[in-house]
Amino acid sequence: MAKILQSDALKTILSSLIAIFFGLLIGYVILLLSNPSDAYRGFITVLQGSFNAMPRSLGSVLNKATPIILTGLSVGFAFKTGLFNIGASGQFIVGAFAAIYIGIKWTFLPVSSIWIVALIGALIAGSLWGAIVGFLKAFRNVNEVIASIMLNYIGVFLVNYLVVQNVYDSLRNQSLTPQTVIPRAGLDKLLPGSGAGGGIFIAIAVAIVIYIILEKTTFGYQLKAVGFNRHAAKYAGISEKRNIVLSMMIAGALAGLAGGLVYLAGTGVHIEVLDKIPTEGFNGIPVALLASSHPLGIIFSGMFIAHLTIGGFYMQRFDFVPEVINMMVAVIIYFSAFSLAFRGLFDKLYRKLKGESR
Amino acid sequence: MEYVIEMLDITKEFPGVIANDRVSLKVKKGEIHALLGENGAGKSTLMSVLFGLYKPESGTIKIRGKEVAIHSPNDANALGIGMVHQHFKLVQPFTVLENIVLGVEDTDKGRLILAKARKKVMELSEKYNLRIDPDAFIYDISVGQQQRVEILKMLYRQNDILIFDEPTAVLTPQEIDELMKIMKQLIKEGKSIVFITHKLNEIKAVADRVTVLRQGKYIDTKNVEETTKEEMSEMMVGRKIDFTIHKEEPVIKDTVLSVRNLTVPSKHGGKPSVHDVSFDVKAGEILCLAGIEGNGQSELVYAITGLTPFTSGTIILNNTDVTHKSIHERYEKGLGHIPEDRHKHGLVLEFDLGENLILQSFDKPQFQKFGFIKFKERLTYANKLIEQYDIRAGRKAKTMARSMSGGNQQKAIVAREIERDPNLIIAVTPTRGLDVGAIEYIHKQLIAQRDMGKAVLLISLELSEVLEVSDRILVMYEGEFVGEVYPKTITQRELGLYMSGSKREEVKVDG
Repeated sequence: MAKILQSDALKTILSSLIAIFFGLLIGYVILLLSNPSDAYRGFITVLQGSFNAMPRSLGSVLNKATPIILTGLSVGFAFKTGLFNIGASGQFIVGAFAAIYIGIKWTFLPVSSIWIVALIGALIAGSLWGAIVGFLKAFRNVNEVIASIMLNYIGVFLVNYLVVQNVYDSLRNQSLTPQTVIPRAGLDKLLPGSGAGGGIFIAIAVAIVIYIILEKTTFGYQLKAVGFNRHAAKYAGISEKRNIVLSMMIAGALAGLAGGLVYLAGTGVHIEVLDKIPTEGFNGIPVALLASSHPLGIIFSGMFIAHLTIGGFYMQRFDFVPEVINMMVAVIIYFSAFSLAFRGLFDKLYRKLKGESR
Repeated sequence: MEYVIEMLDITKEFPGVIANDRVSLKVKKGEIHALLGENGAGKSTLMSVLFGLYKPESGTIKIRGKEVAIHSPNDANALGIGMVHQHFKLVQPFTVLENIVLGVEDTDKGRLILAKARKKVMELSEKYNLRIDPDAFIYDISVGQQQRVEILKMLYRQNDILIFDEPTAVLTPQEIDELMKIMKQLIKEGKSIVFITHKLNEIKAVADRVTVLRQGKYIDTKNVEETTKEEMSEMMVGRKIDFTIHKEEPVIKDTVLSVRNLTVPSKHGGKPSVHDVSFDVKAGEILCLAGIEGNGQSELVYAITGLTPFTSGTIILNNTDVTHKSIHERYEKGLGHIPEDRHKHGLVLEFDLGENLILQSFDKPQFQKFGFIKFKERLTYANKLIEQYDIRAGRKAKTMARSMSGGNQQKAIVAREIERDPNLIIAVTPTRGLDVGAIEYIHKQLIAQRDMGKAVLLISLELSEVLEVSDRILVMYEGEFVGEVYPKTITQRELGLYMSGSKREEVKVDG
């Protein structure tokens, strides 16, 4: 037992699993309180998540997971380099607008390939939005949390304005739909009836790229050095300012790309002109926490949270009000964030076991 | 004879190490009992057990002859045990008085009453000659004054067993003298003191008895009068230590670093930290900048190494003007820098040793290709340095820097800087907080570099180090040079006069 607890990777995974377990437990209690007779069936429905109405539900999970894997990467990447990016929502919506704008207006490009340009546009828009935070932090020492929260609001209202000015469907108070769509990569045949498409593959590929950047390159080494100790990085001749800006740009690009992937998936979603901050950005935070910011782990935690969300959706078959469903899912996500605390408990347990076995 | 503290056969284990292996410590009433040992010998662990921070696996503790169980610092406090930690535990934005009463405040229906406390604190301050301003904020007062606040905190709580954890590590020579006087005064009033240190001179100066620990084991307890520094150091490190530094006459060659008319503005405004300073460092010499802490030495080094901007002056390194060059370019031109604060600048504590050893050279072709790290080469290089420089690290290159002892962290920095083969090495208080073994090691390395024809600029606060290691000394006082002297022709006393600003002469450079 003591030996098992020594492995770092295992400890991380195990603590995430235990966090999830407790989240589920409390979630079940909430269901019991709200509607005892249907609680059990409702709970099973949440657990089944992607398998409730195969194959459509699995497709929905993949579709839901795509943006939160990317915003999770955005938050996680910033974490790893010592920054707290709470502005993924703003970067997300700015990226989404860029994608829609290019998708609709740049018709001089061949229709089949506009989506690529549109995604690159989303990437760039998000990275510029992130760069503002980076510049403020690096050169004016403005706390990135405050700067990025404020830019969430600025982003949402700016995009509302730009949508109305440029790509407005005044009848429905929302944006128009671009004709260009990310290829479905066979998923439409495999999982008919769902919106699943190539986006999920792009998200997974990006996660792998981020992993390689962080762990295998000198660029990642510099970013982490600045993140852990900017004084030591400066001492070593690494430009801390440049790296803070770059780090925020990459985080922003990831969230921006998430926006592009959502609105180019051809699933009939539009930017609605509402005074509401998109939730995909904030959901990136628990996704990153649950995976301890590990880029590959984020793929799984993103899938898992999407799985629960879709499971919650199918709970409507029973007599649960949507608020209870949201609460249940939120509690599980909330507990996920405690995985670090459970890690600490493991270390304690390990010491105890070690002490007693002597 | 009555013992106030008896710790008998204490054993305390941590995963992988036995920090205390059946260690005993007996302190008599009214004595200063030194606890001596290298970094990581288990001194702090033993004191943390006494202070209730750790629970020992076995062993008994008796206080004033009675067996006790100490579960928390509150228990320790109730038994009259107080501790001044190496890193002070003070609330920065509180005043001196507020810090002293914190936790034992007098209140009236929830309102804080300070008048009584103020009177008592001032009495104590008077009695023990601990001068403080009760209304000053902690962030405004010097480290030496903060320590006095910590001592007053213990006295205010009527503790009579006082633990000092390496109290002199952060003090200037003058402040150390003062602390010694205070400690003697305290035992005269019937207090008992445990004095944790690895400085033998200080033990000789104040302690009555000394207990030596080595690698978690109890070695011996001696009367200080009946032992010598040599004997104590041998007990501490387990081998003979050479206190005299052997070095040949310097062979001085070309100028490596040339600083002209350098002025560094003060962070707080007012008089500049460094004012119109000019000097040269030549190949084959160790030039020491001596001075009391805070006289501009740190700022001068930050300017030369590029960490801080300066208003005027030129810096020429190996015949290249690096005044406006980046830190990276200065390293390329042959700068090596052993920084003052190894945790702030010297190391990334969250990185492992291998990653830390290439902090400046990660982008050399040796360690990367197309931006991808060459892990194998990095590992080989790290293990080579670990071997060659005798860096003790449990998991070799994979050891987290944070988990290493101070001495080994410093060895790693020294190894990294020397191995990059710079021809100017700037070493800022390189032996601060280290034990005799590590100090000896670092001095030898610096002298070896000098003998290889490197220029060494040493910044030191320790008079003995200044006199023994350097070939030439520049004394700094309030941002200016007040004397250029040679270790062979000056006494400690005279050097002290220069350092305190009571003696000064004009310092000129040729060219």
